[in-house]
Amino acid sequence: MLKSFRIGGIHPKENKFSAGMAIQSIAVPAQVMIPLSQHIGAPCQPVVKKGDKVKVGTLLGKSVGFVSAHIHSSVSGTVLKIDKVLDASGYKRDAVFIKVEEDEWEEQIDRSEALVTECSLTPKEILEKIAAAGIVGMGGATFPTHVKLTPPPGMKAEILIINGVECEPYLTSDHQLMMERSDEILVGITLVMRVLNVPRAIIGIENNKKDAVARFTQKAKAFPGIEVQPLKVQYPQGGEKQLIDALTGRQVPSGSLPISVGAVVQNVGTIFAIYEAVQKNKPLVERVVSVTGKEVPRPCNLRARIGTSLTILIDAAGGLPESTGKVISGGPMMGKALASVEIPVTKGTSGILILPTLEAKRKAMKDCIRCGKCVQVCPMGLNPTLLMTLTEYEVWDKAEKNAITDCIECGSCSYSCPADRPLLDYIRLGKGKVSNIIRARKN
Amino acid sequence: MEQKLIVSPSPHIHSGDTIQRNMVAVLIALIPAFLVALYTFRLDALLVTALSILFCIGFEYLIVRFVMKKEPSILDGSAIITGVLLAFNVPSGLPVWILALGALFAIGVVKLTFGGLGNNIFNPAIAGRIFLLISFPAQMTSWPATALAESATDAVSSATVLGLLKHSPETLPALQQMFLGFEAGSLGEMSAAALLLGLAYLLWKRVITWHIPVSILATVALFTGILFLIDPLPQYNPLIHLFSGGLMLGAVFMATDYVTSPLTHKGMIIYGVGIGFITVAIRLWGAYPEGISFAILLMNAFTPLINSYTTPKRFGEAVKHG
Repeated sequence: MLKSFRIGGIHPKENKFSAGMAIQSIAVPAQVMIPLSQHIGAPCQPVVKKGDKVKVGTLLGKSVGFVSAHIHSSVSGTVLKIDKVLDASGYKRDAVFIKVEEDEWEEQIDRSEALVTECSLTPKEILEKIAAAGIVGMGGATFPTHVKLTPPPGMKAEILIINGVECEPYLTSDHQLMMERSDEILVGITLVMRVLNVPRAIIGIENNKKDAVARFTQKAKAFPGIEVQPLKVQYPQGGEKQLIDALTGRQVPSGSLPISVGAVVQNVGTIFAIYEAVQKNKPLVERVVSVTGKEVPRPCNLRARIGTSLTILIDAAGGLPESTGKVISGGPMMGKALASVEIPVTKGTSGILILPTLEAKRKAMKDCIRCGKCVQVCPMGLNPTLLMTLTEYEVWDKAEKNAITDCIECGSCSYSCPADRPLLDYIRLGKGKVSNIIRARKN
Repeated sequence: MEQKLIVSPSPHIHSGDTIQRNMVAVLIALIPAFLVALYTFRLDALLVTALSILFCIGFEYLIVRFVMKKEPSILDGSAIITGVLLAFNVPSGLPVWILALGALFAIGVVKLTFGGLGNNIFNPAIAGRIFLLISFPAQMTSWPATALAESATDAVSSATVLGLLKHSPETLPALQQMFLGFEAGSLGEMSAAALLLGLAYLLWKRVITWHIPVSILATVALFTGILFLIDPLPQYNPLIHLFSGGLMLGAVFMATDYVTSPLTHKGMIIYGVGIGFITVAIRLWGAYPEGISFAILLMNAFTPLINSYTTPKRFGEAVKHG
């Protein structure tokens, strides 16, 4: 029996059309828009102005505040302006517009393909390099990595967990990265193990990526303390709490961070970025993006510079199909539907998913038939239909008692509802309300 | 941009599961029992079932359209299921006007006064059957002889197994016959084998989980089994209890009604055990030979209470650090 998390879960059709497609670097565009807020936390303070010349790797935005991450230029050229640009959530955010000239990189960046395994830096120095490179969680949550690697006072990490699950249907960028950069990822893991001073790391990979499981199992033999664990294909296996449960049997209590059970989770893409930052002095200026969908002419995995317009990536996959109804940044379960494709690739863009209109339209909601399917699939052990009703009638105290704030917004409830009820829409609303009430009470 | 994109919150895909799909699966699962009914009661079975469906759909349509003034959603299939289940719960020779009254009560009173599908507290077919049983006890317990028995003995009427068990346990039919279902009884309740086939289908299609049917059947078997061990009388024989009367039909198709049964697995088991106990208690010590309908109706009433006491097991509760 393959390991998995113990409560709830679903298994949507995987639809991994871009699986096995080699990562292609797309040409540097003529212009980029680099948002100054690509992470959870405070936006960056711009350190460049109109007319400035920049190179690949030049600092554009300085992180201010504890939870924040630097932003670097992904191209060389001239700063055109700092102006608003739409982000994936539909908000307008400040971004640095750069006109691309040549492709010049900052000198300290090692652009060779050679694998660098040796590292003589102290854990503190490694952590500083990670912070300097502006690395954030690349699975989509975009939490600044150096913050996550700094356990709160009094807490100590015991185990590092590497998320190679990629449980979202359609997406394949992590899978392809694991296949092409397994050595770099393994070196990256040892670096993070040193930062955290942990003896053990487990790489969790869903069993629909048997080639990646085999490759890592074989290569990890040379790395003491690193284990590989194939996992059952079950959504949301890549959820932090679910993955820790699946791999260690420990359950992070409600309202607590993974560190409370001694675990730190890092996505494989983030680990690769850490390798490049520490061993190659390369800040986070590009990432792998899957462009995929049932009717996309050429589903693919692209390496794109941060700030590249999504239209360029979509064109590289053969363009928007006639039938397009919805374009999603991320996967179909947790991704964000975009109002426009004229938005830039950011550090958190794991994929661009194009759904035909027929699939994109929601059906009319019917009355709840109390089948309990939402309760059975909820990976947090919540009662979604109850939480929806409590939100509908604004019964916040009961919503809080029924742990509405535990919801990880995985969408398994809405996905499974035979009455097409928008359970997560309501729960998200209620969760926001209840969180505000709790915060107000604390102050 | 020329193309307008649809923007909505995640998730962006759906399992494709629909209310209709579940209802159709239940109807398919009822086919084996219907075939046995056809074989046993011939044209009567077809007539009663067809009329019952017609009445249920008709009343639902008329009441929703002209009384509630809403768009009827007959296509969801729930009224058809109520129709079939009501038919399966009555004797094959029931006068048509009584059947119509039962359908009116089930759909009009039990289902629609509460707001329709999803909002009713009691299972409409069960409540309809009980309404008829109390209002027309003679007609509801006059069991025509089965086609099989008729050809063999020229009998025109017969007693159910549970009736015999209560009054003359020495004349019981063979167990095998009960299992296959050619003894007397309501239209669709006789063949445990056919109903179990339906159960297998529902489990396979994941329309229901095992919790409710298994907990009901296990409770009945255990309860009567213990009594049988103490005093091996035929009225305590667990096999007879399992394969006779409406137990199987109730456990598989009536108690598992989504709307009126608990949401969590824990709750489903409490509900199932409750139904099992009450059924046996009524069968052994009550005035009626059969108790499954009353048991389900009673436990339907407890469902909201069970729901509020059996919250699902939350992630992180009972944390194991290992």
